[in-house]
Amino acid sequence: MTLPAIKVEQLSKKFIISHESQERYTSLRDVIANQAKRLTRRTRKGGSGPAKEEFFALNDINFEIFPGDRVGIIGRNGAGKSTLLKVLSRITEPSSGRITIRGRVASLLEVGTGFHPELTGRENIFLNGAILGMARSEIKRKFDEIVDFAEIEKFLDTPVKRYSSGMYVRLAFAVAAHLEPEILIVDEVLAVGDAQFQKKCLGKMEDVSKNEGRTVLFVSHNMNIIKTLCNKSILFAGGKLIKSGSSSEIVKSYLDFGDHGDKVYTHKMGGKELRINNVEINGSKAATVALLSQLIFKIDFEASSFSGDCEFFILIYNDEGVCVQGIFQTDTGQYAAVRSGAGSIKVTLDNNLVPGKYYVSVGAFDRFKSFLDWVELCESFEVQSVYDDGRIFRERLGLSLGRATWEA
Amino acid sequence: MSALESTVPELVIEAGHSEKHYWLDLWRYRELFYILSWRDIKVRYKQTAIGAAWSIIRPLLTMIIFTIIYGKLAHFAKDEIVPYAITVYAAMLPWQFFANALAEASNSLIGNSNLITKIYFPRMIIPASSVIVSFVDFGISALLMILLMAWYHFLPPVQVLLLPVFVIMTFLASFGTSLYITALNVKYRDFRYIIPFIVQFGLYISPVGFKSSKVPEQWRLLYSLNPMVGVIDGFRWCIVGEPIYLPGFLASCAVIIFFCIIGIRYFRKTEKTFADNI
Repeated sequence: MTLPAIKVEQLSKKFIISHESQERYTSLRDVIANQAKRLTRRTRKGGSGPAKEEFFALNDINFEIFPGDRVGIIGRNGAGKSTLLKVLSRITEPSSGRITIRGRVASLLEVGTGFHPELTGRENIFLNGAILGMARSEIKRKFDEIVDFAEIEKFLDTPVKRYSSGMYVRLAFAVAAHLEPEILIVDEVLAVGDAQFQKKCLGKMEDVSKNEGRTVLFVSHNMNIIKTLCNKSILFAGGKLIKSGSSSEIVKSYLDFGDHGDKVYTHKMGGKELRINNVEINGSKAATVALLSQLIFKIDFEASSFSGDCEFFILIYNDEGVCVQGIFQTDTGQYAAVRSGAGSIKVTLDNNLVPGKYYVSVGAFDRFKSFLDWVELCESFEVQSVYDDGRIFRERLGLSLGRATWEA
Repeated sequence: MSALESTVPELVIEAGHSEKHYWLDLWRYRELFYILSWRDIKVRYKQTAIGAAWSIIRPLLTMIIFTIIYGKLAHFAKDEIVPYAITVYAAMLPWQFFANALAEASNSLIGNSNLITKIYFPRMIIPASSVIVSFVDFGISALLMILLMAWYHFLPPVQVLLLPVFVIMTFLASFGTSLYITALNVKYRDFRYIIPFIVQFGLYISPVGFKSSKVPEQWRLLYSLNPMVGVIDGFRWCIVGEPIYLPGFLASCAVIIFFCIIGIRYFRKTEKTFADNI
């Protein structure tokens, strides 16, 4: 019987949030002041201590991962994914519980972690390699391969501060891809970089785990990549493990998850000056629409400190996580004039979608294309496989339909 | 367990577990330590016009000013056989090393926060590598000492061979203090402002421009609680043959060892929470 590569038992990570300080770090002055306050309080016999709250970033997590598995870690922002990776890669200590890891762990966390902008590509390969846990001899042996993979031969002796962001990512990934850890942890770095390179990376990761029996842990918001790359997935929400199983099943539950839980809109961007608080499709929360009919979106928002021109947009995802349509208000050449206070906007759209379940993200830009708000996968609707006159849909290729005029 | 499986290292992560393998881990990560030190040395004088010459110019200019102020204006150089410039420079060397190390190391953890929040390694590597950088500077400045001796036709006494012992002492003094302060700096950013201040007035309360024998006898032991007093006296004994005041020297040694111990202890205690606090 093979032993699991990673075994997590009753793992919890607790943070103490203190409500009194807004600052990221404590200053000596505050500490002294608080000590003094506490003293006077004690003598007065009363008053509570500073407001503190325990917060579980991870709460009683149990799972096992076997060698050769490619596991996707799925969850919304704040679900505990990053904390899990941090605990697994020993950056922070768990508060309780136990993790047993068999094999070397290497993580590819963020683009160019440990790169020094002043050093050349060549020097950074050695630096980055050492940071990721490679021995010098190992880096030397693989040096040519790394340079080849990153496609940066010409710029080897240029300081990386002059690199384009694409080159930066390529170099970072190339070094990490040539690590030979038994367990590789990847946290959504592939978001940047050109499509061709992404493909190459994904290929390499698949290769690594299939042919060499290594384990990959992959965090991403891109359900499509998770589905193609990972054979298994784990879904997190609110610091708890919700479900684990095959990727296609877990991706589906992730997309559906909004339907079960109490609807809390996840604001991926913005959400401060202008906040989208309700979206309805065809006047309903779980609309079913016929083929080639009309979709009417009603977006309610609250502009607390914003007034002026604003551009709304709607993104429609299918149940594989692919964004199949992006609808922007400026496609019409117009902006919405928003006044502060509550408001609402109605969007009417011809439905060109093939039958299936769809998920909607809604957001708004200001005139300068910076996000006012972006709520992620907030609502869903279903396109039925009947036309509005009752005829049945015939399966075919293609992701979208079109109402065309046919003339003989 | 099969032979194959036994070759795979097994790691258990539990709350409070990291204690056990600490020093072993430090050894295992030595290569990272080399490369981080190399990086810091390499980038230290990048994009400067005169590069490493800075590590000669700074002590040289300070030495000249001190020689003029203390030697000529304050007449401390009266009835001295040894050129006063050499006496001052013998103290300037360890002092600059200490001051640079303290200044560099105290900000080192914060400067490397992107590494600390993203990968695991024994955190002690970071301040240690900034002390190493200052040590390289020290080495370069020491070359100037040789030139200075040649210029004045000065031959050091035989105990100059013991100098490495005092170099190690300076190293420990810098390292212990730096560990303590850099760990505190993660939590309380006040130390960012305290350090330049300490470095500034430390130059005047340490016997850099004058000999510690100028301090009244009854205060000398107390004065030696400044660890740099012992270090500087040691350097002067090796280089210019100035007699060493033994009780004071031992007191300085004790303070250095004390700082090393609390530095390491405090650092290790807080190290685990660096990633959460930084």
